[in-house]
Amino acid sequence: MLTAFAILTDGLVYAAYLFIVAIGLTLIFGVMKILNVTHGSFYAFGAYGAATAVGIYAESGLPAAVGFLFMVGLAMAIGLVLGIVLERGLLRLVYGRDEVVVVLVTYAAFLILEDVIVLIWGPRSYGAWQPMVAAGSIDIGDLTLSNYDIILVLIAAGLAALSYWALRFTRYGRLLTAVIFDRETAAAFGVNVTMIYTATFLIGAMLGTLGGAVMAPKISVTLGIGVEVIVLAFAVVAIGGMGSVEGALIGALIVGICRAAAVHLVPQIELFVIYGVMALVLVVRPHGLFVRAQPRKI
Amino acid sequence: MSKHARIPFALAALAAMAAAPAQAQQAAPAVKLGIVSFLTGPAAAPFGIPGRNGAEILIEELNAGKGPAPFNKVGFGGSKVEAKYVDEAGSAANTVTEFRNLVQRDKVDAVVGYVSSGNCLAVAPVADELKALTVFYDCGTPRIFEEKARAYVFRVSPHATMDNVGAAHYVRDKFPKLTSYSGINQNYAWGQDSWRDFVGAMNVLMPKAKADKVLFPKLFAGEYGAEISTLLTSKSKVLHTSFFDGDLEAFTYQEQARGLDKRMTIVMTTGEAAITRLKDKLPNGTIIGGRGENGWLAENTPIAKWFAKIYSDRYGIPPSYPASQMAQSILGLKLAYEKAQKGNDKPSTEDIAASFKGIEFTGPAGHVKMTLGDGHQGVTGTAYATYRYNKKTGQPELVDVKRYAAECVNPPPGVNADDWLKDGMKGAKCN
Amino acid sequence: MTRGTLAGSLLFLLAVAAGPLLPDWVVSLATIAFANALVVLGLIVLWRVGLVSFGQALYYCVGAYMVALMARWVGLTDAFALVLLGGIGAGAVAFLVGFLIARYREIFFAMLSLALSMILYGVLVKTESLGSTDGFTVSQPTFLGYAPHQEQLGLALYWLTLGIGAVAALAIGAYFRSVAGAMAAPIRDNEIRVEFLGVSVTRLIHAKVMIAGVLGGLGGALAALTVGHVDPNMAYWTTSGSFVFVTILAGAGSVAAAFVGSLLFEVVRSFAVDLMPQLWQMTLGSVLLLTILFLPDGLGSLVTRFATREKAKAP
Repeated sequence: MLTAFAILTDGLVYAAYLFIVAIGLTLIFGVMKILNVTHGSFYAFGAYGAATAVGIYAESGLPAAVGFLFMVGLAMAIGLVLGIVLERGLLRLVYGRDEVVVVLVTYAAFLILEDVIVLIWGPRSYGAWQPMVAAGSIDIGDLTLSNYDIILVLIAAGLAALSYWALRFTRYGRLLTAVIFDRETAAAFGVNVTMIYTATFLIGAMLGTLGGAVMAPKISVTLGIGVEVIVLAFAVVAIGGMGSVEGALIGALIVGICRAAAVHLVPQIELFVIYGVMALVLVVRPHGLFVRAQPRKI
Repeated sequence: MSKHARIPFALAALAAMAAAPAQAQQAAPAVKLGIVSFLTGPAAAPFGIPGRNGAEILIEELNAGKGPAPFNKVGFGGSKVEAKYVDEAGSAANTVTEFRNLVQRDKVDAVVGYVSSGNCLAVAPVADELKALTVFYDCGTPRIFEEKARAYVFRVSPHATMDNVGAAHYVRDKFPKLTSYSGINQNYAWGQDSWRDFVGAMNVLMPKAKADKVLFPKLFAGEYGAEISTLLTSKSKVLHTSFFDGDLEAFTYQEQARGLDKRMTIVMTTGEAAITRLKDKLPNGTIIGGRGENGWLAENTPIAKWFAKIYSDRYGIPPSYPASQMAQSILGLKLAYEKAQKGNDKPSTEDIAASFKGIEFTGPAGHVKMTLGDGHQGVTGTAYATYRYNKKTGQPELVDVKRYAAECVNPPPGVNADDWLKDGMKGAKCN
Repeated sequence: MTRGTLAGSLLFLLAVAAGPLLPDWVVSLATIAFANALVVLGLIVLWRVGLVSFGQALYYCVGAYMVALMARWVGLTDAFALVLLGGIGAGAVAFLVGFLIARYREIFFAMLSLALSMILYGVLVKTESLGSTDGFTVSQPTFLGYAPHQEQLGLALYWLTLGIGAVAALAIGAYFRSVAGAMAAPIRDNEIRVEFLGVSVTRLIHAKVMIAGVLGGLGGALAALTVGHVDPNMAYWTTSGSFVFVTILAGAGSVAAAFVGSLLFEVVRSFAVDLMPQLWQMTLGSVLLLTILFLPDGLGSLVTRFATREKAKAP
């Protein structure tokens, strides 16, 4: 009974982490059909930015909540700047080229940004634990949960709700959905696709840095944290279906719970879980769980 | 492209020769060392960069003749030492390629380096093939000399079996009535070997204790919520981990937020390196190891103090064990070089190798004897201690330090580490 | 014989003759580059039909481990036999994998291939008897009974790699000129019409997956013999990534592109590590970026332009 409860909570926490990380990627892919490898860099920049922010606020003695907002704000500002630099500076040059080429451009950018991180922050690792410690913990039966984990789950749920609302009920969201469905027809109807692209990329970038920032208090911010996140994010997006926010949510939940179950019950397969789930889902639903009806060009 | 490498070397060598002390009748040409460690990637901050920094500051001091006796000769035997730093990051193919480049293109006299055991295993046969003197400074696998006898490969630092046997001894000393222990180690060779060695030693020293939860999260996973929940459901009183740096810090922050250390004592086999970073975030009562008698666990020898001073003067923080291990390796090489030297000439690689065999000396990482691997592998004693953070002084403290002699925690010559543990650690001489 | 084949043959003979004259470290670097070029060739085969595989490391690793395990368990040391077995082993895996993967396109093909190679990685990491992530050593090969040492071994492996590379280049060149090879462009443009023409697209793609698999296995086998060490990292997705990197750098225009691109990549990487030990990733990334921006069809387009005296067209 305790184990089942633990699996549920652990699964939710891990799913929150995956969802926060994957939502930016799925948006960018859905709209621009770009598999953005730089997403890993956004995550890393967000984490490092959060570490710097936490360092600054810790000296100033402000209350924890303010510090947390500052951390999130700084991360999203970094995301905005990075997004603008990349989109204007780099992606503009390769729009319309083969998709693979665009992926490679983002990969090259990722390599360069990895070393930019070293240039700015050096090779050492940083801690940003203050928010997590300040949040405290809660005892549920025999199990102690960190309140920060609960906050993460709430943030993920909030993001999911926000994106659902934004995509369904705002003008921008509906334009975005139109572009995801069929870019050419949307353009033919007078939608400013270029502006949508830019806006989406910026939002995706900010979500990526946000992901890094909220995770930073839990982990040690060090070189290479962007690399692992890329594969995880890609896997969740592939499971959920490209461009589908609901898909990313369900995908994150499935992977999160399966992984938690594996760690508790069958630890030997923990390494394979995400890949196994992805392979299984793709076998049954070749385009992911939530796929838009695609017209076939004959 | 190699011209770029050769011209600075040649100029430096000329400059070194011009600046040689007047007493030397004819200074031998500079000694070129290739120093290989992780300069990029997640292993850079904990191992590669301290190793590189340790090499840099040590070589500077040696070149100025400021080493304490018996290391007081300038550079190596009167010749200045030049170092070329190479990044270890990349695949095994990349590592081997860079090793060949160092030996055949850059013509270094010796290579000191390597953190990853996989890279050490890949480089060792190539070193013997190219007859290139190589000293491994940090990699931990015992397989290097157990799988095959090596002619030109040496390792001054003891292998990792010692860390976990020492841990088992300390656990027995502190928790003689222990019935259940668990482990969380990274799912790769280092973590798997560490756990296997710890269980092997515990089976010999505390046969009544059983392993409960055995967790192997991915290397650099960073997020251990599920693992911590699993451990919270266990009745174990001791938790073994060989986590290091980022993973260790992340795990410590996360488990503390959930009070795991109040239920079980954590044994950190590489915890010494985290002390200065974690400070009051490291729980009181944690059992700390340092891969030997390094840093906070070092005996207060003059040379350990000297190295700690020069390192912290330059880099602002005390040296962690990779830095001490690098210094130890270079000093061992220096001794072997000078022992093989005839007059002021440069000794041949074969001569250096011959005098390196079986060497014994005291360095910043303790007193080392090259007794295993037919004189190519060093052994030292090890130390474990309990951690306390003194709130009044704001300083970390290690109490209950227990030292275990080299012959107690290392297999005797000629015996494989795995076999030794399975055999009940026959031949161990403990006090 | 086309201009391209003639030029290629001349370069091949030049490379063979240059072997004994070049320093050992160049020979070793070139051997690894050409072994990787075989994997890249397989990626080119797939790229022509519009598929990018992020899992070629699977076959690379299978080929490498076949060689290492045959040497270890059976005591087989003949280099020719080992490499052949590596290629066949990988081909068999590709045959099985193809049933699953040939029906997927675009990103899903890439992700599924990545997933499969990561599963092999996970299995190998868990296998402590094979050394887990540390891997193990490959014993020195013999060549039809003759056991060369040191520089001679390096040269022997270099010539073996060149030889297998040449055979593969000729075979794949012929394949590209055949009907099955020429079908790549139509399938990439409009699969459904090709199906209407009565051709089984899935079968063709399955065949291409197998070809790429065999090439990947041969490359892995040769790399295992040259480096002398195998480890699970050979199946990790970043290994696949670096092959894809080289493929884009080289361009899919010609067979020679694989070899030229691979060699240039190894040289640039070594150069970057030598000059900028802490910032070589940035150097590599910048080179890739510049190539993509200014040489849209890859470095191979330079070769193609020379060979056919016309502007290279995208495949």
